[in-house]
Amino acid sequence: MAANEKILEVLDLHVQYFTPRGAVKAANAVNLYVKAGEIVGLVGESGCGKTTVAMAILQMVQPPGRIVKGEIRINGHNIVNLSEAELRKVRWRELALIPQGAMNSLNPVLRIREQMGDAIQAHEAISARDLKARVLSLLNDVGLPERVYNMYPHELSGGMKQRVCIAMAVALNPAIIIADEPTSALDVVVQRVVAQTLLDVKKRLGVSMIMIGHDMGLQAQMVDRVAVMYAGNMVEVGPVESIFAQPLHPYTQLLIESIPSIRERKPLKVTEGLTHDLRNPPTGCCFQFRCPRVEPRCLQAQPAMIEAGPEHLVSCIHYQAR
Amino acid sequence: MGGLTKEYVLQRVLMWFLTIWIGVTLTFAIPRMGKGDPVSVIVSRMMQRQGYVENANEIIESYKRRFGLNDPIMVQYIRYLGNVVRFDYGYSLTRFPTPAGEIVRPALPWTLGLLIVASTLSFGVGVTVGALMGWRKTPAWLQNILPASLTFTSIPYFMFGILLIFVFAFWLKILPATGGYSRDVDPAFNWTFISDVLQHAILPLFSIVVTSMGGWALGMRGLMIGVNNEDYFLLAQAKGLSPTRVFFRYGIRNAILPALTAFALGLGGLISGSTLVEWIFAYPGTGYVLYRSITALDYSVMQNICNLMIIITATGVLALDLLNPLIDPRITFKKSAAS
Repeated sequence: MAANEKILEVLDLHVQYFTPRGAVKAANAVNLYVKAGEIVGLVGESGCGKTTVAMAILQMVQPPGRIVKGEIRINGHNIVNLSEAELRKVRWRELALIPQGAMNSLNPVLRIREQMGDAIQAHEAISARDLKARVLSLLNDVGLPERVYNMYPHELSGGMKQRVCIAMAVALNPAIIIADEPTSALDVVVQRVVAQTLLDVKKRLGVSMIMIGHDMGLQAQMVDRVAVMYAGNMVEVGPVESIFAQPLHPYTQLLIESIPSIRERKPLKVTEGLTHDLRNPPTGCCFQFRCPRVEPRCLQAQPAMIEAGPEHLVSCIHYQAR
Repeated sequence: MGGLTKEYVLQRVLMWFLTIWIGVTLTFAIPRMGKGDPVSVIVSRMMQRQGYVENANEIIESYKRRFGLNDPIMVQYIRYLGNVVRFDYGYSLTRFPTPAGEIVRPALPWTLGLLIVASTLSFGVGVTVGALMGWRKTPAWLQNILPASLTFTSIPYFMFGILLIFVFAFWLKILPATGGYSRDVDPAFNWTFISDVLQHAILPLFSIVVTSMGGWALGMRGLMIGVNNEDYFLLAQAKGLSPTRVFFRYGIRNAILPALTAFALGLGGLISGSTLVEWIFAYPGTGYVLYRSITALDYSVMQNICNLMIIITATGVLALDLLNPLIDPRITFKKSAAS
């Protein structure tokens, strides 16, 4: 596997939710790729379309939402127009999910062994004995004791549940794992443990990952590249070092400034203004209402993504392509 | 740990006793709170029949002594409780030498059969229909058809029963209108009798099932829609499980838990509703006997049937209560774990 091989490619993805009062444009022309063994962080504030993009990649956009346009390629194969049966084979084999909200992502009335087991059984013919050994070794991989095997979700702590989800996600050694805010709703210490578990698993299996989150600090520690979304648009993508050292898009700058610092007290800037109504976005740049550097020419068209540095793309007219 | 704990079972059985005791006490108290007493009623009926009864007051006195109606209320109550435990309700007041139990006992299998089949059918069908209506992956044609099955939900049992009799017995003449079995068929364990009984049971059964399943279906639909949006339901789909497995293990399995509780609570209503249905169809069950005993003021038969109904309902609820922890591991009864 070549190091630069693109495991996942999202090309010109448009997702809209069709409500009685107009279509909500939750993802507009989103482009994204993930290379082998890479973790890409997808960040942005609540409602910016991060989870919509994740659900679109999984082909699980819930009605009234629909993928209007675009391709999602896993190892070069477009999965957008697959039938339900074909899609089932791709799911979990190639494309696994670590869900948001550790509390509710396991079925409360099934034992851990049943929930981990049926994911494996749905894709492989495996004997009962092998299945048990497999599940136990997966639990061991994420640092959970063997007794978890026979437990119900309500008998586990939030962090343990999230580690069960991680174990489940890597069960079939998928090409890519989508982690939707894997550490939100956990306390800081447990967040650390879960993040560490994720990194361990990633290092051992060399799996590629998209990690969604709004915790910039956590992202900085875990991901290789960061993709920033605002109001359904991808506004900046780049290697984590250059994004943090030199954020280009005004929104990214605000996001990074909003990371609280122990050394200095600074006013919070990011709350200035609200996101526009996603049903009728303004012509021009999506960030025009909140941007501190807005100019008349910003209001004409959504700026194209330009490469402002090595692998560092930004959608803002204040920058020129290299 | 989930499952049946000793404390849980004990608690439920205790509740069962308590429910029956309160119910039985009420059937003791209510007739005594009323104005008339059964003995005067019997005597006045004799007077109606014969025009004049010479020593009416003496007859009333002797009856009262015989039935112990002059004893202090507590003594009567204790004696009554003893009788209830022995299922002995004394003589029927209207068919005097026959004990009440002998009138009620032959009616019981009819009612039990009707109720058990009707309630399981209405719950089973209702829950399935509701779950299919609430599931996103249900084929569109099915989702369009299913709501039609709820059309009759808003009609009361007995009205629907009359409608059924009119259509199927008088108009189409394909099913018998009333009774438990035809007069010309001898009750015996053979095919003619069984098929005759089944034919007679279709309409009463149908009227209960069709009118009561809609409630379960609507409730289940709501529960299922809720489950549709649960994270674990989405995760199950993301895992690439087959739709049927997602539907049963992650959908119905979870959505049915509150529905079962509602079912346990609704058993009483179903039983009282079936009383009316039995009366409409002249079905030889306890409901029919109860109706006749009420119109004839036959207190001992009334008490016998009411108590039986209380015991049946409480037992049904107990059975469902004991089933609950087996299917929902989160339910358990522990004094300490109050969170």
